Amino acid sequence: MIKKILLYIFLIVTGLMMLAPFIWMLSASLMYDGHASTYPPRFIPDEFTLYQFESLFSRLNVARNLFNSLSLSIIVTLVSLFFNSMAGYAFAKYRFAGKDKLFSLLLSSMIIPAQVTMLPLFLMLKEMGFINTYMAIIIPGLANIFGIFLIRQYALSIPDSLIESARMDGATDFQIYRTIILPLCLPILITLAIFTFMGTWNDFLWPLIALTDSSMYTLPVALANLMGEHTKDPELMMAGSVITIVPILIVFLVLQKYYIKGIMLGGVKE
Amino acid sequence: MRENKVQIERKDFSSGISAAYFFLAPALISIFIFFFIPVIAAFIISFTDFDIYSLGNYNNLRFVGLKNYSDLLNNELFWISLKNTFYFVIVASPLSISVSLGAALILNSKLVKLKGIFRLAYFIPVVTTLVAVAIVWRFIYHPRFGILNYLLSFAGINPIDWLGDPFWAMPSIILMSIWKNFGYNMIIFIAGLQNIPEHLYEAAVLEGASGWQQFKKITLPMLAPTTVFISIITMIGNFQLFAEPYVMTQGGPLNKTLSVVQYMYQEGFRWWNMGYSASIAFVLFIIIFIGTMLQLRIQKQTA
Repeated sequence: MIKKILLYIFLIVTGLMMLAPFIWMLSASLMYDGHASTYPPRFIPDEFTLYQFESLFSRLNVARNLFNSLSLSIIVTLVSLFFNSMAGYAFAKYRFAGKDKLFSLLLSSMIIPAQVTMLPLFLMLKEMGFINTYMAIIIPGLANIFGIFLIRQYALSIPDSLIESARMDGATDFQIYRTIILPLCLPILITLAIFTFMGTWNDFLWPLIALTDSSMYTLPVALANLMGEHTKDPELMMAGSVITIVPILIVFLVLQKYYIKGIMLGGVKE
Repeated sequence: MRENKVQIERKDFSSGISAAYFFLAPALISIFIFFFIPVIAAFIISFTDFDIYSLGNYNNLRFVGLKNYSDLLNNELFWISLKNTFYFVIVASPLSISVSLGAALILNSKLVKLKGIFRLAYFIPVVTTLVAVAIVWRFIYHPRFGILNYLLSFAGINPIDWLGDPFWAMPSIILMSIWKNFGYNMIIFIAGLQNIPEHLYEAAVLEGASGWQQFKKITLPMLAPTTVFISIITMIGNFQLFAEPYVMTQGGPLNKTLSVVQYMYQEGFRWWNMGYSASIAFVLFIIIFIGTMLQLRIQKQTA
């Protein structure tokens, strides 16, 4: 019994420690200038204000960055979901020469860190005139190997008989993909969608390189840039962090079941 | 019999080959053009003197053989960044994995109710934006107004300039990164724990094995494949350290938190020494590759 109580105390204390940075962030974001720079620190604002959010949106044009983050995350998610699901389906259900070799080549190249590709990718996109445009973020995200892998693993479990009988009924390959494979793969598609959406939303190094104009920045790049000028304005920076974190947190909380499943699939199946 | 089966399949999927290529083409072509070609190009660029002049006019580009690599090995800043990155990987990875395992064991225990809530609390930092939480932590670490020094003052500890002190800067980044990341591995460990058959523990209890013996003789060996997978992905992720120092310390103080990726970024995209920068990227890749192979080898030997 005592052991149990101690365990709960431990869990509650560590749980609060995990959440404390977020609680402080939220509370500081609701303070007037200077109120978060006091000793002892305030955990609750004396006076609540939305002043910091107002100045972010009116003066610092963060709405534009929010819009960039949101549109890029949605576009990359939709396009890559389409590309990855087609490829994953083909790897799971078609036979063609060199399939296994091709698939293991893809899997083993996952060890290559993205940083290796960034210099040539930058030069290529610069030649194509895409640096500092949405295309600079969309193009490298068109397809990804992990996504193809996830969908293939899932599609393997779809019975061949379903596909064959549809073929007997005269369905074309694309119709089979659209009306049978996609609906059956829905859970893994949702999982992959969250991974991609979050990955694009949270990404930092590549957008920092590829987007050069502050009106094109995504939220993390805009925030890091803002930090350079506002090191002494915790209240403003916390409001910026809230704007960056809250949308992604909502997506996660709504769809957490799928996200957690995805981690387990990637982790245990290896 | 087998031949027969193959024939039937070939018939059924006769339209299949071209359809397969149709389905594969969009993804594979994009991966080929925007991943594989850049990898090869980076390799080639790393043997050239690609710099800001070549950026203006490719005619200024010259092959310089291994010069970038030898410059790299003679550059003090590179060695500093390598040392810092190894410090981060070697300290943060095992710590983070231990915390993940500990949390997974506690949350998997039958004593605990409301597991979902605690799991969520531990996991939330994983999904949040690294840049944003790094900024939050920068203020938590503030020497005068930060919460951390305030809390430590109750234990009688004098204020520490966490990010400004050459000794403390890297440990501070490590602490923040463990807080941010351990929830991910915790989930994988929980899944691994749930895959261990219950009867193993029941048999052990019958034979009078203590909790610690059960952990050592059943839990750890049964988790081994999960642990290897986790150590590999954690190590790979940690070698790519960038956003935390970029936002929290800019690589300072005294270059004590400058990471390899940050050095690569500065050389390539601030000074446009792209040939040199590509060689840094390749050295990083080789290190990650060797690290992964080593861990796989260790797993094979112990298994």
